[in-house]
Amino acid sequence: MITKRGLFILAGTILIVTAPMLAVAQEWQPRKPIDFVIMAGPGGGADQIARFIQSVAEQKDLTNRPLVPNNQGGGSGAEALIHVSGASDPDHTILVTLNSFFTTPLRQENLGIDIQTFTPIAMMGVDPFVLWVHKDSGITTIDEFVEQVRSMDGEFVMGGTGAGQEDSIVIAYLSGAYDLDIKYIPYEGGGAVAKDLAGKQIMASVNNPAEAKGFYEAGDFVPLLAFSDERMPAYPDVPTIKELGHDFSYYNQRAVVGAPGMSEEAAAYYQDLFAQIYESDEWQGYLESESLSPLWMDAGEQRDYWALQVENHKELLAALGE
Amino acid sequence: MEVLTLLGDGMLLALQPLNLVMILIGVTVGLFIGAMPGLGSVNGVAILLPVTFLVPPASAIIFLAAIYYGAMYGGAISSVTLGIPGASTAVATTFDGRPLARQGRASFALVTAALASFVGGTVANILFTLFAPALASVALSFGPPEVFALMLLAFATFIGLGGDDIPKTIFSICLGLVLGAVGFDQISGAPRLVLFDNTGFLQGIGFLVLAIGVYGIGEMLWTIEQTRGEVTTTTPRMTVKGMASETKEAASRAWKGTTIGSFLGFFVGVLPAAGATPGSLMSYGVAKMVSRKPEDFGKGNPDGVAAPEAANNSASTGSMLPMLTLGIPGSPTTAILLGGMVIWGLVPGPRLFVDETEFVWGLIGSFYISNLVAVLINLAFIPLFVSMLRMPFTILAPMIFVLSIAGGYAATRDMFDVWLMVIFGLGAFFLRKFDYPLAPAVLAIVLGPIAEPTLRQSLLLSSGDPSIFFTRPVAGPITIVALVLIFLPVLRLLRRGRWGS
Amino acid sequence: MRVGEIVTVGILALFSVYLMWKSAELPIGYIADTGPGGGAWPFWLSGVMLLCCGAIAFNWWRRTSPPSQSDEPLLDAYGWRMLGLVGGGIVVFVGLVSIISMYGAVAVFLFYYIRYLGRHGWALSLSISLVTPLVLFFFFEGAMRITMPTGLPFTDPVFNILYEIIY
Repeated sequence: MITKRGLFILAGTILIVTAPMLAVAQEWQPRKPIDFVIMAGPGGGADQIARFIQSVAEQKDLTNRPLVPNNQGGGSGAEALIHVSGASDPDHTILVTLNSFFTTPLRQENLGIDIQTFTPIAMMGVDPFVLWVHKDSGITTIDEFVEQVRSMDGEFVMGGTGAGQEDSIVIAYLSGAYDLDIKYIPYEGGGAVAKDLAGKQIMASVNNPAEAKGFYEAGDFVPLLAFSDERMPAYPDVPTIKELGHDFSYYNQRAVVGAPGMSEEAAAYYQDLFAQIYESDEWQGYLESESLSPLWMDAGEQRDYWALQVENHKELLAALGE
Repeated sequence: MEVLTLLGDGMLLALQPLNLVMILIGVTVGLFIGAMPGLGSVNGVAILLPVTFLVPPASAIIFLAAIYYGAMYGGAISSVTLGIPGASTAVATTFDGRPLARQGRASFALVTAALASFVGGTVANILFTLFAPALASVALSFGPPEVFALMLLAFATFIGLGGDDIPKTIFSICLGLVLGAVGFDQISGAPRLVLFDNTGFLQGIGFLVLAIGVYGIGEMLWTIEQTRGEVTTTTPRMTVKGMASETKEAASRAWKGTTIGSFLGFFVGVLPAAGATPGSLMSYGVAKMVSRKPEDFGKGNPDGVAAPEAANNSASTGSMLPMLTLGIPGSPTTAILLGGMVIWGLVPGPRLFVDETEFVWGLIGSFYISNLVAVLINLAFIPLFVSMLRMPFTILAPMIFVLSIAGGYAATRDMFDVWLMVIFGLGAFFLRKFDYPLAPAVLAIVLGPIAEPTLRQSLLLSSGDPSIFFTRPVAGPITIVALVLIFLPVLRLLRRGRWGS
Repeated sequence: MRVGEIVTVGILALFSVYLMWKSAELPIGYIADTGPGGGAWPFWLSGVMLLCCGAIAFNWWRRTSPPSQSDEPLLDAYGWRMLGLVGGGIVVFVGLVSIISMYGAVAVFLFYYIRYLGRHGWALSLSISLVTPLVLFFFFEGAMRITMPTGLPFTDPVFNILYEIIY
């Protein structure tokens, strides 16, 4: 260690002399490590994606300064939103979002977060929801599921991530559409939900395919219904709720946004960076293996998408009674 | 026998030159990162994850596992020498490790910790090798009521941890639990206890913020004040002969704590959600309960160092199990390892042991090797760490403050938390003066956020009926044992209080 | 000590009451079919804290706890001076982080402590307080990739050069 430090310092003194000559004005480049904030705790879907993105950037050497993942999962993402909107250096602060980007500011108005002040960077894809049951329940179709839930008269237990977030929105829609009485247990993250479904502590869940994949491949989980617009290639036999006559689809967005007040040059740099990552074979392979749907948008489209999603979520949350 | 063949192949894989070099580097790096207050294996693993793209996946995960092992050993070093637990799993190590260092026996404490860690890690590896699939189903049978019952059992072991003043001990436990509730309510999603309407509290109060405040600042101020700045930690120069005799002493005086910690730690660690902290704490409590001299605990009993250290190594190995077999990370570090596996195209989950035999057994084989390398490297560095204590206290003290503040910032990346650390530190100094025990608060802030949601999830499951904790086959017995343990000493004390005076 | 004990208990009791009041923003009762509300856990635990404060005050009155028997002052002159110089030093240190960056603050604090409180020589104090932040910089930013606060913008030129070195 000591000798390494010695070398660093030696290298440092040489560079201090030469550095000013190197710093020729050119395209905007980050000058220090990029604070890569993740709106969820370690281990969940958003975290996996963030680390995947980071590793692609690292592997291909796409940035001259590292992306440093920073998990700020508290309060359904409120922690991350506060952290990013108050960032002292917006040019070096970006955020990996999920749908709590829309719901949390709506539910916690006192945070004073206006998401339109954030800088759009890239929409990396959207993650669909699927209704899962344990194979030991004997349920194989959505009709059997509905029948089972009704026969249990309010004692059917489902788990999901948090309250007033994605999972509870989907479950609330499902209950409304089929007139079901479901008992909902909030969990800390998608991994814990999948584990408790595998352990039969709960009876069903609406995990993202990425979270349930291991158990599905082992034959423990049975998918009943997809909340996507079209049938998913990895689960061709699973009907969508649209096919069954309910005009509803719900995805978790996997997008990257910049801190409010980011300079245009910096935004252009990150947009270009994430476009390269998006087009990489690694990311396209990831989209396919984890059943994410591609949904590329440019900056302007993203802003419109945000406005649309905020409106949609207002209605969905109102239906939840939030 | 098939298992042994697979394991043998795995070990051979880990012993290939490239992998062995990875293990040596990983363990050394991990040891130093773990020894810094505030930094732990999670930092080491996160930073070095990208480096692993340069080597094949098997070597990469072996490297990360080596860092993980090194950091586990390193945690004890700051607990003993600086008195600051670097991670929540090492809090219990300070209880007896710190007094030993004060008595000039830091090297003995570190040797004991290293050996106990080695035994704990080895026992865990053997249990892991033999029973991995069976244990996975045990982990699955632990739903919210079972986890809550387990937390209750962990709290039961608190009773013995405080000082003599019962109301102050209970106050401390409750303070930790309430501080742990700051932030957001997980069940309803509503903000809660945003103290003084300061939005900084929305992100909650982390364990490290309280621990560094209490130990790195409060305890240090107290030491300076008590000793008038004339701290003398006379540590004799270390010799090979001295270390050999310390090894012997550790073996004869700390075997009990080591055994308890190794087994108890592993079983608690295997359960997702619980993790290594309750494991190390419960092992300390049990070691004290069965000891013939429980009054020695807290004053430098080697069993008190060995039990939590054996347990946290054992539990950390155990927590790999839910990650591999269920795809559920038991700790932030395993979460990152999990992310790494996804990137390498491996699907953690029930199929992993079947589909990726070579990878899984290579990893398990590397656990054995890493553990052995870690204990050797750790023992080799002990003289270096102990010699730090020979620094004049007027240089060591500001260094500890600097490491606390810088390490605290590195862990939370938020100046708000650093200020909170300073406030907790000054508060802890005064509470310490008035004999309030603070260790219970530091541990409660870790266990509270596990206990409360599981309590409420259980009651949601049962529609508000608390009998759920007694009627379920696994939760029932645990709850009853915990309640007996909690109420026995209380009853005894009430009795003594009434008749005694 | 005796006065200090009861004053501390009073402050802690007030703090407990504040926590109870703050927890009561969320439901604190037992809601039928769903169990305790969001504020119940902290509310009742703060209640227990308040009860403990009562018990501690009772012990103070009975003079059973060691601090309540002691007539020594809480801190003597040395103690207060130490608290002011060391505790105050830490507060100033953390305050400086936001102005002259983490590393600058570390250097100033170490120099202050080692030279003025520790009364070590100039050479030793200066070298420790200059080398430590440099080592920390390469450890945190270079090896661990953790960015520390850089203070106000005027420190930027220095950091830009340092970042240029490590990446």
